[in-house]
Amino acid sequence: MSLKIIVLAKQVPDTRNVGKDAMKADGTVNRAALPAIFNPEDLNALEQALRLKDAYPGTRVTLLTMGPGRAAEIIREGLYRGADGGYLLTDRAFAGADTLATSYALSMAIRKIKDYDLIICGRQAIDGDTAQVGPQVAEKSGLSQITYAEAIQKVENGRIWVKRRLERGVEIVETALPVVLTVNGSAPECRPRNAKYVQKYKHAKTLTERQEAGSSYAQLFSSRPYLNLQEWSAADVNAEVAQCGLSGSPTKVKKIENVVFQAKESKTLEPTDSAIDELMKELIMNHTIG
Amino acid sequence: MANYFSDTPRYKHHLHHPLMKRIVELKERNFADKDRFDYAPVDFEDAMDSYEKVLEIVGEICAGTIAPNAEGVDHEGPVAADGRVTYASGTQQNLEVVRKAGLMGIAMPRRYQGLNFPVVPYVMAADMVSRADAGFGNLWGLQDCAETLYEFGNEDQRERYIPRICEGETMSMDLTEPDAGSDLQSVMLKATYSEADACWYLNGVKRFITNGDADIHLVLARSEEGTRDGRGLSMFIYDKRNGGVNVRRIENKLGIKGSPTCELVYRNARAELCGDRRLGLIKYVMSLMNGARLGIMAQAVGISEAACHEAYAYARERKQFGKAIIGFPAVYEMLALIRAKTDASRAMLYETARFVDMYKALEDIAKERKLEPEERQEMKKYSKLADAYTPLGKGMTTEYANQNAYDAIQIHGGSGYMKDYTCERLYRDARITNIYEGTTQLQVVAAIRHVTTGTYLSRIREYEAIDYRPELNKLKQQLAGMTAQYETIVSLVMETKDNEYIDFQARRMVEAAAHCIFGYLLLQDASADRSFHPSAEVYVRYGQAEVDKIYSYISHFDKGELAYFKAE
Repeated sequence: MSLKIIVLAKQVPDTRNVGKDAMKADGTVNRAALPAIFNPEDLNALEQALRLKDAYPGTRVTLLTMGPGRAAEIIREGLYRGADGGYLLTDRAFAGADTLATSYALSMAIRKIKDYDLIICGRQAIDGDTAQVGPQVAEKSGLSQITYAEAIQKVENGRIWVKRRLERGVEIVETALPVVLTVNGSAPECRPRNAKYVQKYKHAKTLTERQEAGSSYAQLFSSRPYLNLQEWSAADVNAEVAQCGLSGSPTKVKKIENVVFQAKESKTLEPTDSAIDELMKELIMNHTIG
Repeated sequence: MANYFSDTPRYKHHLHHPLMKRIVELKERNFADKDRFDYAPVDFEDAMDSYEKVLEIVGEICAGTIAPNAEGVDHEGPVAADGRVTYASGTQQNLEVVRKAGLMGIAMPRRYQGLNFPVVPYVMAADMVSRADAGFGNLWGLQDCAETLYEFGNEDQRERYIPRICEGETMSMDLTEPDAGSDLQSVMLKATYSEADACWYLNGVKRFITNGDADIHLVLARSEEGTRDGRGLSMFIYDKRNGGVNVRRIENKLGIKGSPTCELVYRNARAELCGDRRLGLIKYVMSLMNGARLGIMAQAVGISEAACHEAYAYARERKQFGKAIIGFPAVYEMLALIRAKTDASRAMLYETARFVDMYKALEDIAKERKLEPEERQEMKKYSKLADAYTPLGKGMTTEYANQNAYDAIQIHGGSGYMKDYTCERLYRDARITNIYEGTTQLQVVAAIRHVTTGTYLSRIREYEAIDYRPELNKLKQQLAGMTAQYETIVSLVMETKDNEYIDFQARRMVEAAAHCIFGYLLLQDASADRSFHPSAEVYVRYGQAEVDKIYSYISHFDKGELAYFKAE
């Protein structure tokens, strides 16, 4: 059995290392001031896809990402870890999209890809923290969805068994393919970049990137077709421009306020003797007391 | 994301040495692999870019996985039960990540699924891995055994074993025994050929075997019954899948606790001969040892780099008498010396690695075609230099790793003595580097003939002929003076024509050569990159004082006074 998997991934500003100039005056994120990274939970999603590829040889993992030209890096990062290909959805018309417009554009691209068994994405992106795009893509594509996925237990006869991580435990759910999975950060970390794949795919570029880079290694793109990364515009995926980007986004930022956290890190303890005992040991160990 | 490769620009500096152009061309045979392997480089720049990208992966794994696991591995260690070794959980995780990143078999040819990297980037990976966790550096470094299999095994053995190593199976080299440590000629493990089964069987005991429960072992054993010296020993390959070797116990060591040091019992262990009979020690182990010594040098440099980072970080952070202790001369002098010794050690490591690259690449080409006369000359030149630099570098850099780890603790003061800080582990880990793969005293034995035959001096002459930036002139003159002192020291000792006296002063002569060479290497680094200038200044001053000391010791010594030192 081989599967066709689409992994939705987003390039995000690294909000874990925020400086003073992280926000612009208009209340939007100053992406230029922050390093662009692969959204962490999308990496967990990619790992789930790659595990299925390990388990079911012949499985094909394709990345789909929306963003500016430089988001092609996300596809390359995926290829370096074992994905087979990818699409960059890029168009000025997509700029300023909220979750609704994003999920619309993604679902149109998915419709164009057509042939798939599974769509896997991270639970949420660290720049917006909405956790809405995955579920919206499922709705727009008319698919079932399994959110907070932590592990795919098996895929058999067109059905999938998934462990979900919930606040107070786990549950195992089963459904028919195709399905959208949103993967939790508690799922296994993504594998590292692989030395051979990095060397194989490091020249991979979109047409726009090739035009910008000039003629270096130009001959490779005809002899090694897998180095050509696909770029799709709104028109390529038959998206209506009115539903894309800022014009397709009902969410508007009204005001931005600086919030100073009052409470420091907190910890919840079970009301048992052993939990208190553990805490005491920890405090003594790290020299907080004693 | 934290990354060892990008946080220390010194790696890139050494990677981009001018000689790399020639090394890569030889290693890549004019890039012939590009039509057969989708990951092969198409030209020199492409190859260098690939090395950088792969070293970035290594750097990220070191900072993100191996270093954070190091403390846990040090505490937990491996365990032996029922004849098998289980690694510490952090070690298992490290191995898993390294395998998935496709980093085993880095230096092996692509036709066996390796990456075909030269020694320089391979050693650079070892340098970073050891900085993260020197104990894990051993498991990493043992992929070096694949080199021996490649060089001396037959084609069938290469095809069967090397791809497995590239997939991530681990290796060991089973040499030492309870009564054969430094003196490997005394190895007694018995190899018996069975005509009936058309294979060899091994019986006996090996001791102090690093990673002794490896998947694939290279074993030194006595194949010629009745012999007692090195000429009766052959090299064998033992595959764990065949069974017959059990781990009796693992040693409880001072340091490198994550690396299991095993006592092995061979009971009719089926094995196959590697290469020719009787050449096991005199040819194959000597080659294996040279590779391993370069590996230990990388380990030492990694430990020194870690000590340097720890010491600087603490000295910047720690405040006493109202200011950070890095502002006190007594502290910053120690820091500068750690930095200088580390930079000098690393310069030596990569100079040696380049020599090894040059002659090995040519040696490998010689298997495919006859070398041109000038290529043969080149091979001979670099082979000799590698032979001279390996023991000198191993001896000096491992001693420096110990001194640096010692000083790193000193800078931490009382806190450094506690288990809470990394520097105490570095101190324990460093201690083995100047012992195994030949003690410093044995490195001196290997290096001294290059003092007496002038290999070091003629290389120093080549360094003298290089054009350096004008602001380095003063240091260059100082180094010329040190070299003259070195020549005097050597002639004072050699003119006695007394072998025992020469042996007695050997270490001092070798060290004097090292100070001149290390100084010139740093001068080259400083000339190419100004950030090395302080280390060059600090090291040459230190080296000068050491050479003065050696000169003073030897010039006041009469060989008759050896009697005062002799044990009853």
